[in-house]
Order: sequence, then structure tokens, then C-alpha cells
Amino acid sequence: MIRTDSRKCLRCSGCVGVCPRSALTLTEHGIVCDSRCNNCKICINFCPVGAIDLEIEGVRRHLPTKV
Amino acid sequence: MESYDIVVIGAGPAGSSAAMATAKAGLKVLMVEKRAEIGSPKRCGEGLSKSALGRMGLELEESWVRRTILGASTYAPNGKKITVNYKGPEGWVIERKVFDKWLAKKAVEAGARVIAKTDAVSVIKKDGKVSGVTLESNGKRWDVQAKVLIAADGVESKIAREAGIDTTLRLVDVASGVQFEMAGVDIDPDRIELYFGNEIAPAGYAWIFPKGKNQANVGIGVRKPWAKKTAYEYLMDFVESRPGLKKGSIVEINGGGVPVGALMKNMVADNFMVVGDAAHQVNPIHGGGIGESFVAGRIAAQVAVQAIRKGDCSKKSLSEYNKIWWKERGEKLQKLVRLREVTESLKDEELNWLAEYLQGEDLIELVRSSGFKKLAFLFMKKPRLMKLARKLL
Repeated sequence: MIRTDSRKCLRCSGCVGVCPRSALTLTEHGIVCDSRCNNCKICINFCPVGAIDLEIEGVRRHLPTKV
Repeated sequence: MESYDIVVIGAGPAGSSAAMATAKAGLKVLMVEKRAEIGSPKRCGEGLSKSALGRMGLELEESWVRRTILGASTYAPNGKKITVNYKGPEGWVIERKVFDKWLAKKAVEAGARVIAKTDAVSVIKKDGKVSGVTLESNGKRWDVQAKVLIAADGVESKIAREAGIDTTLRLVDVASGVQFEMAGVDIDPDRIELYFGNEIAPAGYAWIFPKGKNQANVGIGVRKPWAKKTAYEYLMDFVESRPGLKKGSIVEINGGGVPVGALMKNMVADNFMVVGDAAHQVNPIHGGGIGESFVAGRIAAQVAVQAIRKGDCSKKSLSEYNKIWWKERGEKLQKLVRLREVTESLKDEELNWLAEYLQGEDLIELVRSSGFKKLAFLFMKKPRLMKLARKLL
């Protein structure tokens, strides 16, 4: 799964268009990632502002919001 | 259940174009837009060419024009400038949030119904074929029936994927873009400026589109795997390195993915069509999509109207849209994909060298998918570029 840093995300939804598993959706609250995600990192590579990161289970990240 | 001839998802230029043309033909049309304000936030440099507007059969309106464009300056990595002065106004830098809403209102005037802040939750299928869409607005969900569902939902393109057409973009076929709308900058107020180079904008370019005497959209598009940083970082470096920009202020920040390839052989399914950015209908060299959206929306509308009149909205019947679009636009754009593939592999010193030989008129020709021969001829002079020359012919 990925998570987006809502402080950086511009809601451009480009990541939605490149996700090969259709796991991402743009909502009012930003990008939501569902369980179809297989950690391929394509969205992370695409993101124009570097707002996306892999969510590693059990590890608390510095990012404040989990969407 | 509410029932329409045409339901359009997304009220950008492609959606409005399709809604307008189908409503004009007398069909019952609904167009929904996910965002609260049609046209905002923009994901666009806001350049509009005169010919693009002409293709829509629309006339200029002062309300959305910010600046008239009289020329273009293209910069090689070493700063060598190639300037073109147009004979008259060839285009404008526009205000998308005014323009897109104006277009949607044109669709309404033609008879379409439009609702903003309405989400297409999921595609409804009957016997495996698209039959409508579930919408959600202001907390309320409802189903609408459509004889033809037209997806114009932009680069996200979730609707087409649900309908069974794979529109996923590979990273190499999508530019990662960021733009600052700036005020208080020193710029050329009459020309658009384009900057090329592997340090400045790998496999893309940086642009300055004037929106006023001291206002401009300053943006950048880059692609992986060539780009080593984020588009945002490239844009910050670009602005920082130019005193005329550095002194200015940022009044809006936008981002976006711009499809620059992956043209689709098939853009239809039973009772379904996909248009605009969602169908990757963008010029793969400059990344402009408004003009392409107009044309695609118009062709899709024309085919949908005929199909509904015949009472046959099957994939086969709607595939006429594939045929007409490929003949009218696809073949040209496919040539430009080839040009893109050639230029993305050029080194800075090769770009600098080319800039010594190419005139402004040559660049205009290239963007319009002609004049490849001259470029190929130049490539023949350099052993490393010979292979690329063959790709151009």
C-alpha cells in the first residue's frame, strides 16, 4: 500500500492514471489506496511533487495522515 | 430510473464538446463533473491556438482571454534562442476556469443538463454491456440509464477501465508536470517561451506562458526514467536560476499528468466511448490537449448521434469513431510519437547543434507532424544519430 502526504499532494490525480491495478482513487480527502496495490511504486515515480511513499506495515512514518 | 441518450462523465473541453454536439443534434444529454468548480483546478499551461478554437466552430470571447500570443521563443540547452514571430495572433493564453465553464454553459445552451460536484461512482452493466452509471451528488446516490456513456474523465480515466478498456499509462507515456502561476515576473509578454535540455527538463520542456505584462504560467513537464528529481524540484531550479522569475511571487500551484503517447487503437465498447485526456488524445510533442479534445468530442458525438438514430450502439457501430479519429488525428499524432521517441534520446550537445540549423518555421512544421525530412537529413551528418534518422522517415 502507498500513502500520500496531504501537505504536498496537489490532487492532480496523475497517479490514478498510471496505477496498473486501478488501486488509487482521488477523493475529497486526497488519494485513497485500496488493497489491489502491489507496491509497484509506479505512482511514486510519477508524482510531480514527491507526495507518495510506501506504507510499511508496523512502522510509524513521519507522515501525519493516512488516507 | 432517470434515462438519457448520452451521459458524459467529466466537463472538460472533451466532455463539453461531446455534450454540446450531441445536445445540438436533439439528443437528451446529461454531463456531470466531479469537481465543485468546472475548470478548476487547472492541469494545463492554458495555451489555446486559434485553429483549435476554429475546430470547435466557436468564436473568441474576451472573458477568458488573458493574453494574445504573437510568437514563440524556443531555447536550446546552451541558451541559443530560436524565435518565431507570427503574422498575427495565432493563439491566446486563457483562464481555464472561465473558459471551461463557458464551454459547459454552451453545452447547456444547446440543451444539455450539467451538474457539478457529482461523482461517477461506478459503471452499471447489463449482460456484460454498459447500460448506465451510478452517480453521487450531495450525499445522494442514484442510477441513470444511458444509451451511450461517454467517459471524458481526464488522465485518471477510471470509467473506461471499468468499462473494460485499459487506459493505464506507462510512465514513459506520461509527462509529470508542475506549474506556478506567477505575478511580478519579468517576461516576454507577447511570446510563449519553451526551454529544452536534459538538465532543465529531461524528456520534456519548461515553459513560460504570459498571462499579463508581468504575469505568467511557469511550468515544466518531465518524464521518467530520464528525470532524476521530481518535476517540482526541476521547476524550482528553473525559477531560481532566472532572476526575472525568481523575483516574482507564486499565486497558484498546479500539477498534473500529461499523456504524450499510448494512442489507443480502440476507444469504444458496447454503449461506451472514451474521449480527451482519458483516451490519451494529446499532442505528444507539446502536450497540448484542448484542440485534440474538441475534435475527438465532435467526432464521438457525430458517431453517437448516428448510432442512436440507427438504434445500434454496439461496439461495432461505435467503432466508426475509432476509424474517423485515426484518419483525422491519430495518424498525425502517431508520427509525433515517433518524433518524441527520437528527441527524448538526444543529448544536450546534440540539441545545441540542432539549434544552429533549425529555424522557427522548421519547429512549427515539426509540431504539425511535417518537415521530418529536414530533421532526418541533419541527423545523417552525425554517426550516432543515423539510426534515429531512419526512424523519422
